[in-house]
Amino acid sequence: MAPNIFSYILKYSKRQQIILTLMAIVSFPFLYTFYELPKQIVNNAIQGDPASFPIDILGFQLDQVTYLAVLCIAFVVLVIINQSFKYVINVYRGITGERMLRRLRYDLLSRMLRFPLPTFRKISQGEIVTMVTAEVEPLGGFVGTAISLPVFQGGTLLVILGFLLVQNWAMALAAVSLYPIQIYLIPRLQKKVNALGKERVKMVRRLSEKVGETVQGIEEVHAHDTSQFELAKISERLGAIYHVRYRIYLLKFIVKFLNNFIQQLGPFFFYSIGGYLVIKGQLEVGTLMAAIAAHKDLAAPWKELLAYYQMQADARIKYEQVVSQFQPAGLMDEELQTTEPDPLPRLQGEVNVANLLLTDDQGEALVDGASFSAEADKRIAVLGGAGSGKGELAALLARLIVPERGSISIGGIDILKAPEAITGRRMAYVGPNSYIFNTSIGDNLFYGLKHRPVKRRQYEGEEQKRYERDVFEAEASGNTPYSIHDDWIDRTPFDGRDDETTLRQAALDALNIVGLEEDVYQFGLRGTIDPDKRPDLAKAILIARKKLSEKLRDLSLEPLIERFDPDRYNNNATLAENMLFGTPRGDAILPERIAENPYVLSVLDKVGLTEELLVAGYQTAATMVELFADLPPDHEFFQQFSFISADDLPEYQALLSKISKDNLDELKDSERLMLLSLPFKLIPARHRLGVLNDELKQKVLQARRVFARDLPEDLRGAIEFFDPERYNAAANLMDNILFGKIAYGQAQAQEKVGEVVHEVIEQAGLYGAIADVGLDFQVGIAGSRLNPAQRQKLAIARAVLKKPDILILSEASAVLDLQSQARIMERILDRFRGRGVFWAVHRAKDAQFFDLSLVMKGGKVVATGPFSELKEKDPVVGELLAAE
Amino acid sequence: MSLAEEVEILRNIPMFAKIEPSKLKLLAFTSERLTFQEGQIICKQGEPGDSMYIIVSGSADVIVELPSGPLTVATFGKNNFFGEIAILCDVPRTATVKATTTLTTLRITKELFFRLVMEFPQMAVEIMREIAQRLDKTTSDLQAARNEIAQLKAEMGKEE
Repeated sequence: MAPNIFSYILKYSKRQQIILTLMAIVSFPFLYTFYELPKQIVNNAIQGDPASFPIDILGFQLDQVTYLAVLCIAFVVLVIINQSFKYVINVYRGITGERMLRRLRYDLLSRMLRFPLPTFRKISQGEIVTMVTAEVEPLGGFVGTAISLPVFQGGTLLVILGFLLVQNWAMALAAVSLYPIQIYLIPRLQKKVNALGKERVKMVRRLSEKVGETVQGIEEVHAHDTSQFELAKISERLGAIYHVRYRIYLLKFIVKFLNNFIQQLGPFFFYSIGGYLVIKGQLEVGTLMAAIAAHKDLAAPWKELLAYYQMQADARIKYEQVVSQFQPAGLMDEELQTTEPDPLPRLQGEVNVANLLLTDDQGEALVDGASFSAEADKRIAVLGGAGSGKGELAALLARLIVPERGSISIGGIDILKAPEAITGRRMAYVGPNSYIFNTSIGDNLFYGLKHRPVKRRQYEGEEQKRYERDVFEAEASGNTPYSIHDDWIDRTPFDGRDDETTLRQAALDALNIVGLEEDVYQFGLRGTIDPDKRPDLAKAILIARKKLSEKLRDLSLEPLIERFDPDRYNNNATLAENMLFGTPRGDAILPERIAENPYVLSVLDKVGLTEELLVAGYQTAATMVELFADLPPDHEFFQQFSFISADDLPEYQALLSKISKDNLDELKDSERLMLLSLPFKLIPARHRLGVLNDELKQKVLQARRVFARDLPEDLRGAIEFFDPERYNAAANLMDNILFGKIAYGQAQAQEKVGEVVHEVIEQAGLYGAIADVGLDFQVGIAGSRLNPAQRQKLAIARAVLKKPDILILSEASAVLDLQSQARIMERILDRFRGRGVFWAVHRAKDAQFFDLSLVMKGGKVVATGPFSELKEKDPVVGELLAAE
Repeated sequence: MSLAEEVEILRNIPMFAKIEPSKLKLLAFTSERLTFQEGQIICKQGEPGDSMYIIVSGSADVIVELPSGPLTVATFGKNNFFGEIAILCDVPRTATVKATTTLTTLRITKELFFRLVMEFPQMAVEIMREIAQRLDKTTSDLQAARNEIAQLKAEMGKEE
């Protein structure tokens, strides 16, 4: 990268800088005239000698008032011109700055993608984030002014100075006589400020590193009660930042003080020395006044120049400090990430690894002269204990890390010099802790195939224009022209077939190999679909809903589930659910706060249910108070069974003591709400309070109808009603099939209904389609919504889906239970028959299933051969097996 | 059936007879009412148990699995309770209980049971009394069985 910010600016925005400077220069005469004009207006038009009028301007005869009017209009025109210049220059300056900022950030991040992996042990995520976001931010503002501002302000200064020199050279020199002191002093002080500034930047970086670490270790903080310790660490860093800033302020304002002081010294000299000369009759008053005025005129550009000096010093440091962090030793050549050999060679033939050496930070050898050769289509197990270097060997083979010396070639291709297009497509690597991205399961699966966009997305009209604009801007800032919205999935592993079914089959197949299919199917059952986009599936689900009824009837399991019937009260649902009779969407109608909803209240009034619900609320409250009043507030029963939290109970007690069933109409609004909210939560089959009688249930059914009938326009989208004949887009697939509530109090209802539903799905052949919906399951940040085993399985599936020539696994299944490990190994070895597998295995005895075994110890390959032979002869293998 | 009726049923069970109605109401409210179809197994001998059951209506057979085959040792009806041994002593179910009609029970989980016992000592006393009575019955049954065996042995001895 360019060594300093000015060369970076000139390298990438020379044209813009020239345009900016030219615009500044062109604007200058107008600005000058603008300052000149008032003098004309006062001296010539207002105070001018009436005898000199009418005057002749461009052939027009103008009297004094007209002349004044013309000059005033000219003044307004100049205001507009000057402001327009300012506007255009500022916008252009902004654009230039933002493009450069975008380019700089992109450059930095693209370098980060080429860092050798060990670098990330020294530089934390927090530091990189701060550098790329906050630290370079002010540079954008500086870029726009980098050249044009000194040119413009310097020019202004020179023009005024020249003007003064012509008027009275002595006074002009007097006006600038103190500038040399400033030129001498300021940079010296500024240097100290700069040094402190550098320190400050480092400290902020360390703070963000610390904050990042605390976030990642948050579990430990809670588990060990170390919050105060963490806070003390953070406080220490904040304190350090404070002290640096404090010193910066002291110096910075000293600079300011000196600047202002020297500026004010000017008039002091003029008044004292000039005044003395005037008194002595050696100088005219007029000249002295002119000199003072000139000094004042010079002040503005001079101040700007000094400010610019400080700003550029600041920008220079920031740039250097950031860029130096992005130039680690061993940075990967950009070519390796951009080259795409055509055709892409396959990795076949002989694997030759010779004399690999890899050391850690302390110079300890991790891999110490490892050599071996084998056929690339063999399934190889790498055995070794802790510290044997088997994991490192796997990472070296995948070229995730680069050895200090040694060579790796496969089928004559030098892997250490091969572009990532070969190493990252023909090989697949899965480490012990793979990363899962914050997107859907499907996107994570196909992540390993998104090397380049394969098909441009087609846009129309406005969208096409926006697309072109985006590409233009990206290129103007030196960013990649590839669009993230294009289709990126490489179809080569599927023989180029690019229909949806092929991809889906491939995904499910990969999930099946790692044993994740069932989990994804379960996610699918809990997923929602848009019936307009997938009408077939929605229809099939509706059929399954009907089939479920038949099945339950055939098996006499009907009591296990109470289905939604528009004309019947569902005793296994809450009163709120019975009334809404639909799935709420968004938060316009919240079932837990339904008693506050004005529309709901209006419906209650319409069917005359309000008073009865109040009575029901009163009874519920009375029962709850009776049951729970004696329990201590932290009693678990409150959590599990009460409608009223322990905190609210006293309030209800107080309310009940002052009111009786007969004077509920005297309640205040807030008290009404307290009572009214209770019965909405009642489930007759579960709570058995006997509060909801048949008459009341009938009225709720009436309210259900009125609620749907009179639903105002703005709430239309807020609820999706239950309709036996329609797919409910707001509910998940499982709820759509069940279309009802599992009955309370029926032994093993959940399990039995689950089994029947599963049968229905199997018979309808919906298993695959539902698993497909599961592919849309969002896994959360770093896959946090999956458990560790699911994450690791997903990572292995991602590698398998790629159909690599060589699959490299480094204890990839170690976090899984033994049964899953065995199953995955069996299926992968079966699938990769005739292709390469290089598996650093967790347990030595697993090697028996492989074609060939490499035994490692102390960073060396100490034996090679079939496991059956090694097991008998090799002492290292003997040790490993004995330890298991 | 409402809470009030369930309280009535609980009150008729000796174990709960001396507990205040409001506590019984809490017990009824916090316990789950569970219905089993005829032939359904409520608990199976040898499996871990986490709750006890009080029969509200219907009946169930208590079956012990012996090497010679299953043996029905008792039949429970309304107001009987079972399953307390597994949760008191943390041992697997000592017998299988199978519904012989549609069976409605109140299921009291282990946590709930212990919390109630801790909170209401009079309940613990009642349970002790009930268990002691069962033990007494078992002891006298055992005595009777032993006498029978001795008698049989004596008879067999005579025959030899």
